[in-house]
Amino acid sequence: MASTLEAKNLSRLFGANYAVKDVSFNLERGEVLGFLGPNGAGKSTTMRMLTGNLAPTEGAVDICGFDMLADPKKAKSMIGYLPEMRPLYKELTVDEYLTIAARFHNVPAKKINHSVDIAKDRCGLMHMSKRLIENLSNGYQQRVGIAQAIIHEPEIVILDEPTVGLDPIQIREIRKLIKEIGKNHSVILSTHILPEVEMVCDRVQIINQGSLVFHGSIDELKQQRIGNKLQVGLKKAPALKDLKSINFISDVEKIEGDLFRFHFKTNVDSEKLASLCVEKKWGLYHIAPDVTSLEDIFAQLTMLGDKS
Amino acid sequence: MILNIARKELKSLFASPMGWIILALLMFGFGTFYLSGMDSYFQVMSGSIRPAERIGVTMFVGQNIYGSAAYLMSFAIPILTMKLISEERKSMTLPFLMSAPISISEIIVGKFLGLLIFLSSLVLYIFLMLSTMNIWADIDFGYLIANSFGLILLISAFVALGTFFSSLTSQPIISAVLSFIALFAMMMAGRYFASDPEHWFNYVSLLPHYQSFSKGIIDSADVAYFVLFTATFIVLTIRRLDSDRLRG
Repeated sequence: MASTLEAKNLSRLFGANYAVKDVSFNLERGEVLGFLGPNGAGKSTTMRMLTGNLAPTEGAVDICGFDMLADPKKAKSMIGYLPEMRPLYKELTVDEYLTIAARFHNVPAKKINHSVDIAKDRCGLMHMSKRLIENLSNGYQQRVGIAQAIIHEPEIVILDEPTVGLDPIQIREIRKLIKEIGKNHSVILSTHILPEVEMVCDRVQIINQGSLVFHGSIDELKQQRIGNKLQVGLKKAPALKDLKSINFISDVEKIEGDLFRFHFKTNVDSEKLASLCVEKKWGLYHIAPDVTSLEDIFAQLTMLGDKS
Repeated sequence: MILNIARKELKSLFASPMGWIILALLMFGFGTFYLSGMDSYFQVMSGSIRPAERIGVTMFVGQNIYGSAAYLMSFAIPILTMKLISEERKSMTLPFLMSAPISISEIIVGKFLGLLIFLSSLVLYIFLMLSTMNIWADIDFGYLIANSFGLILLISAFVALGTFFSSLTSQPIISAVLSFIALFAMMMAGRYFASDPEHWFNYVSLLPHYQSFSKGIIDSADVAYFVLFTATFIVLTIRRLDSDRLRG
């Protein structure tokens, strides 16, 4: 598959500090790429560079064969972008705003009404056409933001933290919408919420302090996240050293009370552990995958990055 | 694409009460000057018996209105130009324009044209208002056309300067105050060395160039002055916005 977007050694200096340092990646046609990182990691800066809103200090961005610096108009026409702060003209109605967006993105005059209708339909805005954007709820404003990014059927849709500040139901709807968009377009999505990436994205990229520290498929990330650990609750637990001496367990930690974290030597085999607990009558009442928090993954990944 | 930006600006101007209020206030102002001009014309002319003292009604009322227009516009235009870029910066809507396949020059020229078209409606309004005198008098249309042309040039210079100050800050009020001060200084610059008509301040100042139009003269030197003035500030604005992209 051809890649639609290619970032080559992107760096951006602000004063003497690198906000983004030597970031390279590419985006395949029809995939949803998650851009994950803590606040201030350089996600938004990267996205601003990808969309031509900020000139990179070093490096280049290639959009469907057009260089963002050399041929910005052609490159920009392939992109739909929703920045972190929604760029909405609140004094306009939804229809007026989307018509302007379509016009700016060179949608032919005859097709503008049609494109506006399609975008509204896809984002569930049909019944909001004549409302002033100002009077829409947060979630609906976000949908208008997404509608403006897909109105010209771009090859690439770039969404910067599209679910921030929404309530859980709106978040679910927006995620569904992003998945839907991902079927026809390549999508880059930035977020600091790990479960969101797992739900929506095909591939993930983690950025920390301006550098890429991980990139791979979502399964690889899950593997990283779940690892070979189990959380086990034992009411009548034996001494910790007895647990550690089980032959297929490499280490056991006490989390709190009678909750333990079991590290397996090889792959997780919960059945084997459960039957052992029952056999020894340790009072097993809880067994669950031990999910590493995002912070732990960051810690792991950044430490790995430092070593290599 | 420039026209699309201009259309968007016009739409925003007419979508908010601000545009309408300013139009209404200015029309009210011009109407008042028109009325008082007509009034005093009869008072003054009935007092001047010798033919040499008499001037035509077009010039008498026209000077009244076109002269005041420069001052009224210097109040109104900063309030309108602050919306062009400063307010977009404040409400973070600039990326919407910057990520569309439009160059920065097109954005700025489009915005400039949008506001110029908006204000040109006032020039047309003044022209039509003065033309109504033709019902009972024989007015000098050439004089009106020269003045309208001069006023459009003056407005474009004001708008260009206002747009530049609008691009400097994300605080709309500050940009409005700054451009008002700058406009006022540019208009008054000629007054500082009024005793010496050859002083370079007089050439830089806006008003002396506008005044030749109010005599009904279209002087190419004055036209060149306004065109250069406008172009300079538009280029400066483009540079300013481009440096945003470069420096972040």
